[in-house]
Amino acid sequence: MSDTILLAHGSGGQLSHDLVAEVFVASFANPMLGRLEDSAVLANLGSGRLAFTTDSYVVRPLFFPGGDIGRLAVCGTINDLAMSGAQPRYLSAAFVIEEGLPIADLRRIARSMAETAREAGVAIVTGDTKVVERGHGDGCFITTAGIGVIPDGVDVSAAGAWPGDAVLVSGTVGDHGMAIMSQREGLRFEAEIVSDVAPLHTLVRAMLEVCPEVHCLRDPTRGGLATTLNELAGQSGVEIVIEEARIPIRPAVQSLCELLGIDPLYVANEGKLVAIVPEEAAGQVLAAMRAHPLGRDAAIIGRVRSGRAGRVSLRTTLGAHRILDMMVGELLPRIC
Amino acid sequence: MRYVDEFRDPARAQVLLQRIRDTARRPVQLMEFCGTHTHAMFRHGIRQLLPPSITMLSGPGCPVCVTSAADLDRAIALASLPGVTLTTFGDMLRVPGSRGSLQTARAAGADVRVIYSSLDALEIARREPARTVVILGVGFETTAPTMAAALLQAEQEGIENLRLYSLHKLTPPAMAAILRSGEVALDGILAPGHVSAIIGSSAWEFVARDFHLPCTVAGFEPLDILQGIADLVEQCEAGISEVHNAYGRGVRSEGNPAAQALLAEVFEVSGAEWRGLGSVPASGLALRGRFRRFDARPLLDERRPDWSEAREPAGCRCGEVLRGVLEPTRCPLFGRACTPERPVGPCMVSSEGSCAAHYRYGGTR
Repeated sequence: MSDTILLAHGSGGQLSHDLVAEVFVASFANPMLGRLEDSAVLANLGSGRLAFTTDSYVVRPLFFPGGDIGRLAVCGTINDLAMSGAQPRYLSAAFVIEEGLPIADLRRIARSMAETAREAGVAIVTGDTKVVERGHGDGCFITTAGIGVIPDGVDVSAAGAWPGDAVLVSGTVGDHGMAIMSQREGLRFEAEIVSDVAPLHTLVRAMLEVCPEVHCLRDPTRGGLATTLNELAGQSGVEIVIEEARIPIRPAVQSLCELLGIDPLYVANEGKLVAIVPEEAAGQVLAAMRAHPLGRDAAIIGRVRSGRAGRVSLRTTLGAHRILDMMVGELLPRIC
Repeated sequence: MRYVDEFRDPARAQVLLQRIRDTARRPVQLMEFCGTHTHAMFRHGIRQLLPPSITMLSGPGCPVCVTSAADLDRAIALASLPGVTLTTFGDMLRVPGSRGSLQTARAAGADVRVIYSSLDALEIARREPARTVVILGVGFETTAPTMAAALLQAEQEGIENLRLYSLHKLTPPAMAAILRSGEVALDGILAPGHVSAIIGSSAWEFVARDFHLPCTVAGFEPLDILQGIADLVEQCEAGISEVHNAYGRGVRSEGNPAAQALLAEVFEVSGAEWRGLGSVPASGLALRGRFRRFDARPLLDERRPDWSEAREPAGCRCGEVLRGVLEPTRCPLFGRACTPERPVGPCMVSSEGSCAAHYRYGGTR
């Protein structure tokens, strides 16, 4: 095989077959994919409702501290399933690759996806590859779709928050977005900021075990914690009140945010979740989260109240109150 | 790495607030020049913690906001030239000019790209030698040195296809223009920390000397800002008008000589057009001497009549907001016709604009 991706790798001919066999099938190694049929045929998924989701992944650089686009594409879809209370089972993966991408990079991405899938206990069972001309893509775009099973008795919804509920976050916010930004900006810090990209379904399982009636779960990806809280307040028709001082933020992330003039509450996370749970279960859920490796820094950060539907208020560290709005536009470093 | 928390300590903030409450006997109006101060005060809720006798007015310290409609029209025209790639900080994309914005120009086919620093533009110029890569140079004394550094680098590497459209502005002349106009009664100035790190706290001496007002340089953490306000209130009560530096860890009296030398090598002081203030002499930076070959201005036909026809968006009162004459919430468009999602004027667009700060954090909705 050549060292870089050629347009011919997407032609459907011999090169395409070789690429699929040597890079993807070899890495993802499972019998359903190995049959190379037009569809993966899934075995009986058992009892419970099915959850089904899809997402596309675009990130520059493709490799960043703590992860890469492959791990992101697997975790992101697993997490979307997990946030509906589902245990993820099968994924698809479609690649749009830019001509000229080193095949070694593609292999590294595929290996990372395979490792992440193995770690998460899911199988990548079907896929597709297309190649676009140089200059028409950012190296590699990945779209994954996923199927999971929601156990009986679990009913998680963004519209499920009730006045009195507690609001929890599973750990430090802003890690992923600032890891990416520190790479793009070429900023080097004594303590490197590492993306939190991780599959959250086992954390969700641990939470549901102690509290099957978790009301809301959502992973605060693009738009960050602030945007997610606004979505939950809006969809549930409640007000959420957050204590700024209780939100876990790594000092390195805080410092970089201040340097660039960015509010960490709007920065993307890829391995964190926000949970809204009945108040009486909050202590137990928090303990279950802290006992899980991905929830060690979990904290109760606020409360739900009837108040004004759709509003998120923040009590600042200084004791003042302000509105915590949705993100508008994109996150940009300040000019001045 | 732990420089943030200690400047957000609630107990120390209470001590400063108490000091301010104990000192402030008569009503005072203070202006924070800098948009980053405005945002930090809203973000931490400082305005609501101050005693009612203290009024904080926002000044023109938002580089995006003070860019005039005519200059923006020129930037859009530059971006629309064949073979030109216009690189800009993202905040500028959505600012409305006379007819559309850079964003609408991009949708219509102009090659407009968002950069995070001037070095990104240099990289594009290196990679795409056939295109003329123009940097839209917006910013105060803090941003201009990075532009100067990019041009020096381009010169050294022999990169021929990089141009700068310098809309860089100097802050002290704008402050002086506001004070000279006497449009707003001010009792003191909270001077910008980042800018002063470059130009030095001594650059604000004219505020005390010529206008007999106290002026305190402050940083951007809650305790920095409270410290600055406490100092101003104390000066007001004691009848003192001096320049004080409450941001000792970031600002020296003489500023940053290396950055100043960089500016002096590449730029010369020129007049500049400010939204809200109009033409302010000696308040801009133009390329000097051998760096003029990097100037993007000659790419434009200055005889085109359009430039003189530049107009502000209908009903927009950003100019008055930038002079501290109008509180954003008193603008008839605020929160109705003009929101961050659909901004009419630049003060609602920029992350440093005071309308955006009032809207995002105001809690008036």
